[in-house]
Amino acid sequence: MMAVGATGAHAQGAGADLPTHMVADMFKPLSRPAEMIHETSLLVLVICAVIFFVVAGLLLYIVLRFRKKPTDNTQEPPQIYGSTNIELAWTVIPILITVVLILVTSRTIGEIQNAKLPEDALQIRVVGHQWWWEVHYPQYGIITANEIHIPVSSKDPAKARPTEIILQSADVIHSFWVPQLAGKVDLIPNRTNKMWVDPYTIGTFFGNCAEYCGTQHANMLLRVIVDTPENFEKWVADQKAPVPPPQTAQEIEGRRLYYANACVNCHTIGDSVSKGIFGPDLTKLMTRQTIGAGVAPLNHENLLSWVRDPQILKVGCLMPNMQLLDTEAEAITAYLETLK
Amino acid sequence: MASDTIVDPDFKVPAPERVGEEGKTWSHVIQNLVFTVDHKKLGLMYIGSGLLFFVVAGIMATFIRIQLFFPRSTFLDPDVFNRFFTMHGTAMVFLVGMPMIFGFANYLIPIMIGTRDMAYPRLNAFGFWVFFFSGLLLYFSYFGAPGLYNAGSAPDVGWFAYSPLTAKAFSRGHSTDYWTLAILLGGIGSLATSINILVTTFCLRCKGMTLGRMPLFVWLFVVVAFLVIIALPPLSACQIMLTLDRYLGAKFFDTQAGGDAVLWQHFFWIFGHPEVYILILPGFAIANEVIPVFSRKPIFGYPIMVAATVMIAFISLGVWAHHMFAVGMTSLGNTFFAISTMVIAVPTGIKIFNWLGTMWGGKLHFDLPMVFCLAFLFQFLIAGLTGVMLAVVPFDWQLTDSYFVVAHFHYVLIGALLYTLFAGIYYWYPKAFGRMLDRKLGFWHFWLFTIGFHLTFFPQHISGFLGMPRRIFTYEAGRGWEIWNQLSTIGVIIQIPGILFFVYNLIYSYYKGEVAGDDPWDAWTLEWATTSPPPEYNFEKLPEVRSRRPLWDLKHPDDPDWKFE
Repeated sequence: MMAVGATGAHAQGAGADLPTHMVADMFKPLSRPAEMIHETSLLVLVICAVIFFVVAGLLLYIVLRFRKKPTDNTQEPPQIYGSTNIELAWTVIPILITVVLILVTSRTIGEIQNAKLPEDALQIRVVGHQWWWEVHYPQYGIITANEIHIPVSSKDPAKARPTEIILQSADVIHSFWVPQLAGKVDLIPNRTNKMWVDPYTIGTFFGNCAEYCGTQHANMLLRVIVDTPENFEKWVADQKAPVPPPQTAQEIEGRRLYYANACVNCHTIGDSVSKGIFGPDLTKLMTRQTIGAGVAPLNHENLLSWVRDPQILKVGCLMPNMQLLDTEAEAITAYLETLK
Repeated sequence: MASDTIVDPDFKVPAPERVGEEGKTWSHVIQNLVFTVDHKKLGLMYIGSGLLFFVVAGIMATFIRIQLFFPRSTFLDPDVFNRFFTMHGTAMVFLVGMPMIFGFANYLIPIMIGTRDMAYPRLNAFGFWVFFFSGLLLYFSYFGAPGLYNAGSAPDVGWFAYSPLTAKAFSRGHSTDYWTLAILLGGIGSLATSINILVTTFCLRCKGMTLGRMPLFVWLFVVVAFLVIIALPPLSACQIMLTLDRYLGAKFFDTQAGGDAVLWQHFFWIFGHPEVYILILPGFAIANEVIPVFSRKPIFGYPIMVAATVMIAFISLGVWAHHMFAVGMTSLGNTFFAISTMVIAVPTGIKIFNWLGTMWGGKLHFDLPMVFCLAFLFQFLIAGLTGVMLAVVPFDWQLTDSYFVVAHFHYVLIGALLYTLFAGIYYWYPKAFGRMLDRKLGFWHFWLFTIGFHLTFFPQHISGFLGMPRRIFTYEAGRGWEIWNQLSTIGVIIQIPGILFFVYNLIYSYYKGEVAGDDPWDAWTLEWATTSPPPEYNFEKLPEVRSRRPLWDLKHPDDPDWKFE
């Protein structure tokens, strides 16, 4: 039943040594908007639980108390048609509960949606594609994919550096959902949505595309890698550093094959002529933990398999089988492995 | 009056006629079904074909659950899985829910209001056949839809088919067209039936049956019919717009040419949310009949029950965007739809309390219809409360499109609607076929299905809390979802024998069930005043009523209802 390796533990890729939060429990929020949602949710859960126990208890009591007993005579019970006072009571009480819920809800909506972010907030732009995430850092001039690196923020407003995420889509509707950081917001073509996160702790946070977007919707996975501000700056510097040229004969042959094939039509590598925009940017491919938007860990074996035929790891994905010879696939893989 | 028979203690009920007896052959039966315009036969055909599609869509759900038992399972291809959940959802709403409720309406409304047939019998037959062929058309997509490069097969865009996933660029082949046309056709059938229900109830009530004396069942269907007539046209309109987009280059939803993806969502949900009430109000309608009879008391607060229904229907027209809290509406828009959605909890709460009020002080008989209604009350309470949670916009930002939503609407559509439909089948089967459904088999059905149902859907609330999105064909290990998915799948394995007991019971009791007589439950509405099964003309002489419970008046001449109403 197991097709591809689990993506739990890695040694590879930037931020791989951070603690992972694989179980994305919305009741363990680690970021301000998620925590505000959490507080409201707890209140709502408590109210709902009280209503549940009162009404279910009443139902149980009625079932036990008024069941027909074998000793009963055949007389019909007293016929009661209604009571205005009682009905009024159970109209007014729900109205009061509703008013409380409405007030709490609208307050939290405003706090999250209309929050004013500080000037120095990190801004990133995430573009949804069928079945991967394109990630831009306009303040830094970096483009990456699927794994979003952001600095940790703080509960102390003076030291907080939240991240604003601008959400767009290149094709169909997707939804950005990392439960421990924030609620979900859709990525809709021709529209721009905004959200923000403000994580308290470092670590790798897991999320998914939450709006059905076609064949591989299930494998449109998200990782948000929250690191210390220093490590984040280091990551930024590393992403901007030039890539060393290929060394071995195989790597050089791989680069020739990469540029001679259709790869360049869809992928971008740095400042080269490879300027395709349909697939993920490969400039710093080897700094990532996974390939195929989280479908498999990024290692030699999986990368080779992907280059030879992406349809094995991620059936239905939009990258076709390029019909490469084994030697060609190995050479291209060797070249891609220099992109770090 | 035909109802004289119920006061004649010596009257011996003859066993009803059956296929194979007295020269009846299958060819007669089939001819009978194809050419009939009788509201009772059409009603049973609606319910029968609904059950047929229910089994097919249920098998698809079983495959879905098997696939999700293990993480990274390769049991189903992603495309096959996506088709299954699309067809499962579409079929359950349009080919199971709608025909089942219309089946009950068709069978019962004319008898309950004391008339001989629906106002437009041929329109009625037309509505059924249009629905039936729309169902066949949808399933024929498996064979008919493959287009260029074999893209297509069955629809795989989800039951609400968000654009632009349905645009030509993303949905090649003809699968989406099959979906569009099938729903468009089914909508015509639903509209025809709804118009029929309205005309029937407004024009054909028997002597003495004022609107205020109509059984609540009929009242609720009047409201449902109005809702269908208001809510379906936007659905039909957007299906037509989508077809124009796909074939004539219109650009309503085609985002690549400047169209608007969110426009589709507004069109779909302004149908889609009233649709939820279109489906659940008939469930309430059945509970309104069953709970009083098995509590031996009249419904508590008849006028406020009607008022609450009308309120639910009215408010339901203004809540549609609560399906869209994550699309990026303004905070004002989000707040408005949160308020309207929460307000709907008030009339719904009134209904639950009135049912409890009906049972209070009664003598509860735990026959199968009542047992299913009690489970309905419990499950609908859960469904309603999770609905309140979803209305709290910030909570919804986490929960929407997660498995929590899947759990919520299955508690509504199975836990509430399907349970009342089962209650209705156990309650009126003796009327339709003259024989009781077997009690022992029925309780096997009840307990297996109930245990299986909760085991399947309760864990899905938790996997939703843990971040599992809906509609994923697989998931990676270690996300904390395995155990909840496995429990869920085991639940399905328990539900299946429950359904088998039910289906077996339907067939077994048809031939071997205890002969029911005209009024096996000692009930009070007009359908129990005629024979079981009723003759084609329903009543020898049309009845005349003086209260909401004409048979109560007849059975208790010293204490009739009309003295108190």
